[in-house]
Amino acid sequence: MKILKTFAFYLLVALILLFSLFPFYYAVLTSFETGTAIFTPSYLPQNIDLANYAQVLSQGFFPRNVLNSVIVAAATVAISLFLGLTAAFALARIQFRGRKLLLLTVLSVSMFPQIAVLAGLFEIVRALGLYNSLGSLIMSYLIFTLPFTVWVLTTFMRDLPVEIEEAAIVDGAGPWHIVSRVFLPLMWPALVTTGLLAFIQAWNEFLFALTFVSSNSTRTAPVAIALLSGTSAQETPWGAIMAASVIVTMPLIILVLIFQRRIVAGLTAGGVKG
Amino acid sequence: MAQLTLRNLCKSFGRAEIIHGIDLDIAKGEFVVFVGPSGCGKSTLLRLIAGLEEISSGELLFDGEKVNDLPPKERGIAMVFQSYALYPHMSVFDNMAFGLKLAKSDSGTIRERVEEAARLLELEPLLNRKPRELSGGQRQRVAIGRAIVRNPRVFLFDEPLSNLDAALRGQTRVEIARLHERMPDTTMVYVTHDQIEAMTLADRIVVLRAGRVEQVGAPMELYLKPATRFVAEFIGTPAMNILPAEVTAEGGLRPKGGAALPLRAPAKAEGLGLGVRPEDLHIAEEGEPALYEGRVTLVERLGESQLVHVEIGHEVPLVVKLARTVPARRGETLRVAAPVDAFHLFGADGQALDIRPQ
Amino acid sequence: MKQSTGRTLTISARRRRAAALFLAPMLLVLVLVAGWPLLRTLWFGFTDASLGDLAGARWIGFSNYLEWLSYGEGDGEWVGLLVDGEWWRAVWNTLVFTFITVSVETALGLVVAMVLNVRFPLRGLVRAAVLIPWAIPTVVSAKMWAWMLNDQFGIINDIGLKLGLISSPVAWIASADTAMVAVMLVDIWKSTPFMALLILAGLQMIPEDIYEAAKIDGVNPLVTFWRVTLPLAAPAIMVAVIFRALDALRVFDIIYVLTPNNAETRTMSVFVQENLFQFDQFAYGSAASTLLFLVIAFITLGYIRAARLNLG
Repeated sequence: MKILKTFAFYLLVALILLFSLFPFYYAVLTSFETGTAIFTPSYLPQNIDLANYAQVLSQGFFPRNVLNSVIVAAATVAISLFLGLTAAFALARIQFRGRKLLLLTVLSVSMFPQIAVLAGLFEIVRALGLYNSLGSLIMSYLIFTLPFTVWVLTTFMRDLPVEIEEAAIVDGAGPWHIVSRVFLPLMWPALVTTGLLAFIQAWNEFLFALTFVSSNSTRTAPVAIALLSGTSAQETPWGAIMAASVIVTMPLIILVLIFQRRIVAGLTAGGVKG
Repeated sequence: MAQLTLRNLCKSFGRAEIIHGIDLDIAKGEFVVFVGPSGCGKSTLLRLIAGLEEISSGELLFDGEKVNDLPPKERGIAMVFQSYALYPHMSVFDNMAFGLKLAKSDSGTIRERVEEAARLLELEPLLNRKPRELSGGQRQRVAIGRAIVRNPRVFLFDEPLSNLDAALRGQTRVEIARLHERMPDTTMVYVTHDQIEAMTLADRIVVLRAGRVEQVGAPMELYLKPATRFVAEFIGTPAMNILPAEVTAEGGLRPKGGAALPLRAPAKAEGLGLGVRPEDLHIAEEGEPALYEGRVTLVERLGESQLVHVEIGHEVPLVVKLARTVPARRGETLRVAAPVDAFHLFGADGQALDIRPQ
Repeated sequence: MKQSTGRTLTISARRRRAAALFLAPMLLVLVLVAGWPLLRTLWFGFTDASLGDLAGARWIGFSNYLEWLSYGEGDGEWVGLLVDGEWWRAVWNTLVFTFITVSVETALGLVVAMVLNVRFPLRGLVRAAVLIPWAIPTVVSAKMWAWMLNDQFGIINDIGLKLGLISSPVAWIASADTAMVAVMLVDIWKSTPFMALLILAGLQMIPEDIYEAAKIDGVNPLVTFWRVTLPLAAPAIMVAVIFRALDALRVFDIIYVLTPNNAETRTMSVFVQENLFQFDQFAYGSAASTLLFLVIAFITLGYIRAARLNLG
């Protein structure tokens, strides 16, 4: 009976693993296949052919698109963390009227449907001359990274001991020095968590990237992948698409494997969207 | 001239006023201890002096200059916190140097000052350690060192010993006393709820109760001449016995249920209390008139002495402190006496009244 | 009392000033990317703005929402978003999508969470593996599944045929009957991990001694699940459900990539994006996004009330 139970449990674990991992495994498999081999479904690697990788990395704009994604995600994270940290100090550490209302507003923005601001944001992007530039994406991504960052950092900063701050005040530190030289070094776990989540969100974003950027050289990787297609349905370059997909996904999988604890903590602490 | 002057200092949080107009002068180099039960406002008062809380009304003067609205760093103070409040990510050296770095002192001066403080507190071998690698006592010394390095006019301590174990507490208390000797020009203000710390460290003690000053005075003055019943009970362990007193037919005083004393009763005889310290009581000699005669209900042996609880028909027993050599056993009957000049008299309002012999 | 000016600002006034200074950049950004665009979108919904001429937008009242188009002599018809069959089709699609995916994800998420709540040797590894679908960009997930669901060469058809589940290859994505199923499948695959982790956090807050007490009392494990585990995890599940629902209501990427230009799967977000940028119906799309915003705003308010968040 007990053995049966254990067996059933591990069967369930195996099913979960299969369900979670098979699609990506299959994408990797396909990315190694070329020619006609691609059109016969296989379950185990036949041969490892890097031609698809060579193709997406040498032809067209894909390397550039990946670089764009890196730039946009990194800049978004940096700006979010900086603005989030200073705002969190004010929200967590200073009593003022309207503080709770402000926190609520920030929280509601984090649940905002991005599509609802698309028209107005498009106007601003054009007015600021940012259309078809990475700046438009860095700016617009703040709508989802910033509220979440502020929320999580505020929660975290509220728990730092008040006496440390007072010791710094007595030592002559103003608010800026308290944040940058006393709190910042104590907050790295929260910063890593929020930074990672913001990075993943920015890296994966599609709607704004599709709308605000229109040329091959300024696109981000997800849009480039979405637009990769052959001249007809039959000629869809599945091998290349899968190679590009693996390239775009690999950094995230590595981050997830290294920081899974921090990511789970952040997801559940802030209740961030998926 | 007083270095620190508090004039009718008040502090309210919202509607609740918790410091009700405190007047106090503290001289340069003086060691003043604020003592009182929790909630008496002693820490708040210290934080008002530090500039960590805003003064609601009244004036705070440093060297005659009003500092109500100056931030802490411009007041020339340093503070040692209850939880040490060391910066966990900085080494001992950086913890002590942080204030100087913020003040943009040159690195030579910083090194010199930190090393001097480290020498004074025997922290030299620990300068590169992080706070988490230190023991409680060492952390406390770093916190003190951080304060010394700032070379403050006024040194503030907020219950600095309460996180230490008993043995270390005694040791650190001695170190603080020695520190005060070595820095005779630095004024020190020290908050504690422990009256032993107050008695041993203070030049003057300020007893606070519910946001008001109950009495200010030298430790022995408070011990010998408590101005109020509250101070009498708060200062000294074990606490003073307070016995309800009656006026005798001859106009003298008698503790309820005890022998009459040769003392004149005051004009208002309602609600009087006679106080006598346990250590001023002794077992009556043969032929000596006893104040009380009662059964021993409990003997607490402290080692060097013993506290004997004597049942005298009140709600609380009379506590008598006797030398360890005096035989005392539970259940036996004791006759207890005290010299007349050991008594304190308190009116119904808690204020001390003059003792007048008959 | 003296006026507090300049250097002699009170301590709390100085702190409030620092707070204002620290909050200003964040608020400015939020106004720039959220507040102002939202108001402008609302405004465009009441104008005749077109993609090429935003500046020339003129107020036309509720015409985008509802207008009587007169053919003369009392003849005419109602036009506008509120009587647009395509819009209501998109609303219906969105609601169906949201209801089914969130229900399935909650059920599967609960199972995965229960498994991950058991201590077993490879738990850490399994938890990391479960996170992978969540981390993969939605566009990539959609492409991966598009390939797996391919009618001619897809592995799903291959498996189905080999196991005898289907008799002939199915055009999952192209055929009207199955397009929505395909889209929902991808979303369920991608979002179940998120659900599972939020529920797991709720399960882990249940003190272990409650289970031990139930065991000692001899309570049947199934009863324990229904009477102890589920009620105690309910708040966490509620939060997770609302988060997922909010996310599902604005679904865009999966549908845009997997089944472009397909009325069977067009959701509100896709409808809005197409009108704004593909059909040159900027004002009409703005009106639609206003309605979408209202729906989601209601649910958000409900969430904040239900979760009774700690604002400190």
